[in-house]
Amino acid sequence: MEEFINSVTLDKDKCKGCTNCIKTCPTEAIRVRNGKAYIIKERCIDCGECIRVCPHHAKKAVADKLEMIGNYQKAIALPAPSFYGQFPSEYSRKKLLIALKNIGFDGVFEVAAGAELVSAETEKRLQTENFKKPMISSACPAVVRLIQMRFPGLIDNILKLESPMQISAVMARKLFSEKFGISENELGIFFISPCAAKVTAVKSPIGIKKSAVNGVIPISEIYGLVHESLKNTEDDNQTNIFSSDIGVGWAGSGGESNALSSGKTLAVDGIQNIIKVFEQIENDKIENVVFIEALSCPEGCLGGPLAVENRYVAKSRLKQHMEEAKSEKAQIKPVLSKAITWSEPIFPSSVLKLDDDVMIALGKIEQIEKIEKDLPGLDCGACGAPNCKALAEDIVRGIAKETDCVFKLRERVRQLASEMIELESELPHTMNRTEKNEN
Amino acid sequence: MNQSMVKVFDIQKDDFISAGEASSSVKKILKQLGVSPEVIKRAVISMYEAEMNAVIHGGGGKGYAEFFKEHIEIIIEDNGPGIENIELAMQEGYSTAPGNIREMGFGAGMGLPNIKKHSDQLEIKSEVGKGTTLKITINF
Ligand SMILES: Nc1ncnc2c1ncn2[C@@H]1O[C@H](COP(=O)(O)OP(=O)(O)O)[C@@H](O)[C@H]1O
Ligand code: SF4
Ligand SMILES: [Mg+2]
Repeated sequence: MEEFINSVTLDKDKCKGCTNCIKTCPTEAIRVRNGKAYIIKERCIDCGECIRVCPHHAKKAVADKLEMIGNYQKAIALPAPSFYGQFPSEYSRKKLLIALKNIGFDGVFEVAAGAELVSAETEKRLQTENFKKPMISSACPAVVRLIQMRFPGLIDNILKLESPMQISAVMARKLFSEKFGISENELGIFFISPCAAKVTAVKSPIGIKKSAVNGVIPISEIYGLVHESLKNTEDDNQTNIFSSDIGVGWAGSGGESNALSSGKTLAVDGIQNIIKVFEQIENDKIENVVFIEALSCPEGCLGGPLAVENRYVAKSRLKQHMEEAKSEKAQIKPVLSKAITWSEPIFPSSVLKLDDDVMIALGKIEQIEKIEKDLPGLDCGACGAPNCKALAEDIVRGIAKETDCVFKLRERVRQLASEMIELESELPHTMNRTEKNEN
Repeated sequence: MNQSMVKVFDIQKDDFISAGEASSSVKKILKQLGVSPEVIKRAVISMYEAEMNAVIHGGGGKGYAEFFKEHIEIIIEDNGPGIENIELAMQEGYSTAPGNIREMGFGAGMGLPNIKKHSDQLEIKSEVGKGTTLKITINF
């Protein structure tokens, strides 16, 4: 089986080969080749920026289909906290959970519950002194991969706890297999996701051996069904609320850090903003902050590429759910007593490295600079690379050539044309004898 | 092939917007070279502090970063007022930065001590009225 590296892919038929995505990709992972976008998988961190920016909707996330739940004896839905923000706030959280269950699941379990365990454990660790400051949340898988690729020096700062999704899946599996009296592997656990990066986090997880989630279904895929189902949803007394306002709040930017008692937190959302903050951490320029919450999507998971509702509308609705949740209490006893630490090590990625040998790499940097100086510096993107420097780098890496630059190509053509004219005036002696004779 | 590569940077007086760009671009190169994060961090912090001193105290100047097989050499020079008492300037907390600079979050008097701490070798040459040159070496 081919290793699953990233979830974001291209719908070739819809792609017009424009330069929107190559220009917004924070890791410069996209090129246009033969009139179509092409994703360099090793560079893609699944942040979903290209999905949001593509005017032709040609970028999509590979995820699982709802039909997949039929492969299991019983199926449990695990809605991300951002799920609640997608529907009109007249519906209570409990009603939303029941409506979700009614589209074909046998039970629901809130990821917000796992989030609360992560919050509690984070709080505990912040009380100790032995962690690298600032601690950086690992909740957003796109951010973890950004760190591996562009900020390897911050790997030690990552909070190495299993994600709310994973912890909730572990809890749900235990709870429902007991409840239904079936073995744990007869139970299918499905994350209802606003997020493309979570698909990869399930198929090729970081920090854990194997994900406890069986499938990732986009919120956008079940959105219409849940809407329908809401119309005839009655309250039942079998469906439980699993979390308070703290877990629900995790859906938006600021939720995770507000759950902590320390005021020395920083919440940043949007991948470009995160890059700026991480640059500052690398330079030791962020003082007095002990915890960083970094969510790749604008407004956090509420702005996830697989969510449906406008992120600000969703945010307002979430606030109301949080308000309500303050008076609610989790109705089940926690299945786990605390969050779980990663079992697997995490390594920096080496995609930015030009060569294993420092001297050869240096030579390549010089070559790149030389080529770049010779390019027009317009960053027009017509070559298929995001900017002139990236093209220069591609040329040195051997995946592009100088005439991919339209200006360079024109220069070459002009040069060739004048050479041809020159050649033409020098017809072989056997052919222009008459002319010569006339003289 | 050459045995090293030099990058030259302009450092503008009191330019807080582009200040730090030199160290940022050095950081990018070190990542492309595959140098360890710990070394990158030491290089970047040292260079950033020296660069900021040239911006704030030295009236601007020039930066040079020379990359070798096993180390990087950073030179930051300015034609500013110079440092009267280097030993004193090296003390933690010593700063002559005026109030407005401190309000911007600089002038904690930790720059030079930090460079010393993070570098493998530090040479300071300074002459009052002429200028200051820092030579910082960091081994890979
Ligand atoms: N390039 C320079 N030119 C003139 N004076 C300098 C220079 N660099 C440092 N100094 C002097 O040394 C002092 C200490 O520098 P440093 O440790 O970086 O602290 P800070 O920059 O916070 O004042 C400065 O306040 C200044 O008086
Ligand atoms: S912010 Fe949330 S939705 Fe967006 S990539 Fe990160 S985890 Fe996924
Ligand atoms: Mg200083």
